[in-house]
Formats: sequence, structure tokens, C-alpha cells
Amino acid sequence: MKKQFTCIVCPNGCEIEAEVENGQVISVTGQTCPRGEQYVRQELTAPRRTIASSVLVKGGELPVTSVRLTKAIPKDMIFPVMDEIRKVVLTAPVKAGTIVLHNVCGLESDVMVTKNVAAK
Amino acid sequence: MEQKDVVIIGGGPAGLAAAVELHKQGIRNMIILEREAMLGGILRQCIHDGFGLGRFGESLSGPEYAQAFIDEVNKREIPYETSATVLSLTADRVVTASTRNGLRQYQAKAVVLAMGCKERSRGALGIPGERPAGVFTAGTAQAYMNLYNRMPGKEVIILGSGDIGMIMARRMTLEGAHVQAVFELMPYPSGLPRNIVQCLDDYNIPLYLSHTVTEIHGRDRLTGVTISEVDANRRPIPGTEKEYKCDTLILSVGLIPENKLLEDAGIAIDPHTNGAFVDENLQTNVPGVFSAGNVLHVHDLVDFVSMESEALARHAAAYVEGKGIDPCTLDVKCGEGVGHTIPQKVSGKNDFNLSLRVRNHYRDCRIVVRQNGVEVAAKKMKKAIPAEMIQFKVSGAKLQEEGALEVSVE
Repeated sequence: MKKQFTCIVCPNGCEIEAEVENGQVISVTGQTCPRGEQYVRQELTAPRRTIASSVLVKGGELPVTSVRLTKAIPKDMIFPVMDEIRKVVLTAPVKAGTIVLHNVCGLESDVMVTKNVAAK
Repeated sequence: MEQKDVVIIGGGPAGLAAAVELHKQGIRNMIILEREAMLGGILRQCIHDGFGLGRFGESLSGPEYAQAFIDEVNKREIPYETSATVLSLTADRVVTASTRNGLRQYQAKAVVLAMGCKERSRGALGIPGERPAGVFTAGTAQAYMNLYNRMPGKEVIILGSGDIGMIMARRMTLEGAHVQAVFELMPYPSGLPRNIVQCLDDYNIPLYLSHTVTEIHGRDRLTGVTISEVDANRRPIPGTEKEYKCDTLILSVGLIPENKLLEDAGIAIDPHTNGAFVDENLQTNVPGVFSAGNVLHVHDLVDFVSMESEALARHAAAYVEGKGIDPCTLDVKCGEGVGHTIPQKVSGKNDFNLSLRVRNHYRDCRIVVRQNGVEVAAKKMKKAIPAEMIQFKVSGAKLQEEGALEVSVE
């Protein structure tokens, strides 16, 4: 069976075709770099994504700062991870690079602040 | 009036990259004027990742990408003024700005236009119906959520398949809203294919092509929209109307370079890009005024904005130092299938970076540059789509000093 993919690793968005028989990947074609094949194999077995969101900041020049995951997580864990992110409340000043949740949901990915927010 | 070598209008990705590169080129007497209270421009609210893959080799969020340049600006002690709105620019490069310390005027040797772009709004589309609250451009909704912690609504319809609209479809879904569908007027998506996958498909949000909103309902707050299919001429087909209940309509229907300032200075605007006409030095028709980034032509990727601004800075530095830049008299014309090009003028002597967008979907095509009928550069493409800007280098060695260039899809 042939399956079509649009690679999301980089903005090139390669159109990749994978041939799969009985759960085995026979061939992967169309990618312009090795990450494309890796992406398709991952996508066929256990798709992973990163997400970004915001968390509350008390006493800051903005009411929220932004956060992102440091590593991709299984796609079906996105909403459980969002629930954890939503519980976080920080106090200004906050600095980009600060880890606010280590190993979130045991997924070996951290939730990291991506924006400096100064105190008001 | 203060004398400056360079005044940079805009402290977003284009202005920041230009400032850092100008500093590297030895320019010291400059200032960045930024309208917002903080540097960083639109990147401050683009909290998703995917920025910097080209430039830093890793996937950063918008704020991190901006901070990397802000840190450089601070390290190099490049002066900037925030909450400073430029009110006018003249052909002899006098920049007037309203600042926290009152009106300021600068006489600049060179001016860098780096004001970015604005979103096309409901008014520009002329959608009939009532005028309730709940209709937002995608960028406004993004600012509400990511900067001010305000949720625009719960039941969402998105018109337009621009990248920001798709990114907001995912963002609102993650925060508990129900995004019913994205409707696109054109027969093809306007955003990047990867965003269709990771922002729509991942969350089972359907994308309907050749559809548009034909009426908006609701007195105080939006209660619903009418959606119609459109024909090949983008006209709604009678009898295809469907009602959708929603409290929020997000518009992601195009970006327009923010070029109001150019009028007073007499800077010519290309109707295809809505940005200035520029030559291979990214100089406008007014000597000493340069333009790059989204104010010149709307980009897909900030990495390319930075690179374009850095190229601009090298030319602007040469101009300021009186090294002179070659006069550019040869037109670059859009041939078959090409919507616009940057630059629109070249000297015929130097290598230059050509940026363009095609007008349709093409497979296994070549983008060809011809001068006097002779092929002088080409790029082979597996696919070429309007959503993706195409860039490649044209070598000056093959160019003649006379004869317009024409770029076409073959």
C-alpha cells in the first residue's frame, strides 16, 4: 500500500511516498534529505510533535510568557501535556531558557520559557 | 535636527538584522525607530516553533529568534528608540518621528525601510452582513492570546488558509476552542503545506477550497456565518449557501506591506508586491532609501527576511561610505506564470539574489531567466506553488549590460 506524506521537519515540505506492506516499510521516496525518511518512519509507527503555549506570569509587564517543548512528544499526549502547562504560574521577572516543567508527563521532554518578561 | 548615517524604520526581524549587519560593516551613527513598546516586531506573538531552521539550524520560537538579534543589538550598543512612530519621510531623507520625548527629526544619509506588513481586514474583503463583535484578523487573535492572555472565542470558523490562520486554528484548539473548519476562496491553499499537516490535519480540522463567507450574522456578538462555494471566477454559486453557527470568525486572507510612509518621499510602489520597486542593491527609486523584509514583499520565512536585510545592510553601508553602487537600468520583467520578482531592476554587472512567486501550481518545471532571448539562469523545481517564495542566485557573469530580463515558468 502506498501512503503520501508532507514532511513537516522543515519549510521545504517535501512530498514523500512510502510503500508499506503488512506494517513493514518497503520504500520511502521523494524526500530531499535523510530527515524526511526518518520523519515518515516515525509517522508510520508513533507520530511525535512539539507544541508551544503560554503560561501565566504574576507582576510582569505582560500577563503571560510563551513556552515550548524541548523535544517532540507522542501526538496523543498533546492534550495531557497542555493540562500540565495550564497549571503553571510564574512570577516576574522570567527569563527565556528557564525550564518550568521537567520531564513533563514522564515524556523526557521539558517545558521551557521562550520569552523574557520583566517585572512591572 | 540630528544627523545620522542610517535611520532604520522598524525594530522587527528586518530592522534588527539590518542594524546588526550595518554595525558589522562599520556603521556606528545609526538609530532604530520602533513603533511598539518593545523590539521584536511580530515575532513577539509568534510563539510556535519552526523559526531559525535555515539560520540557526534549530527550531526556535518567534520570541527566541527575535531575542537572538536583540541580544546582538544590545551587545553592540546600537541605539534604538521604542514607542517611536515615524510620521513622515522625505525624498531628501528627513525622518520625523513622534517619540516619548516629543517630536524628533533626523537627517539621514541612508534610510532603511523595515516596517513589515499588515493584515487584510474584513473591510478590504467587503463581506456583506451585520457588524458584530467576534470578527478578528488572525494576527489580532494571536496578539490577544499570546500577549494579553485573552481568548477570542469558543466556536470558531476561519476564512483564508494563510499560515497565521492555520497556526491560530491549532493554537485555539489547544486552548479548548472548537475550530469547525477553514474555508479558502482559491482552489489551492495559500499557506505552507507543512502547516496544513501540523495545524489542521493533526487536529481533524477540515480545509474547504473554493469556498468563502458570503454573510456575517449577529447583532452584538457574531452568531454565525453563511458559507458559499465559488466558481472558477471566484464568484459565489447561488444555491450552495450553508449556515454555520459560530461566535468567532478569524480572517487569514493575506498580508500587505505597510507602505503608507513611502508616498511623501515619492517612492514608487510595485502593484504586484505592494512594496517599493527596488534594484539589486535593495535601493528604491529614491537614492539612499533601501527596503527589505515584509515591507518590500511578504515572505514565508523569517530566516529569509534576515538574510535579505543583511544584504541590504551591506549595500547601504557601501552607499553611506560613498563607495558607490552600480546604477541599475535593466528591468526584470514577469513572464509566463510569474507573479512578481525582487529586484525589479538590475545593473547587468553583478550577481544578484532573485526572489519570486509563481501564479499557479506547477510540477516538474523550470524557472528561467532570459535576457535578449538567451537563458542566463534557471532553477529546476519538482513543484512550484504560490504559497512558497522561490529564491536563487543569478550570476552577473552571464549578463549583458543592455536588455531587460524576463523571468518565466517553463
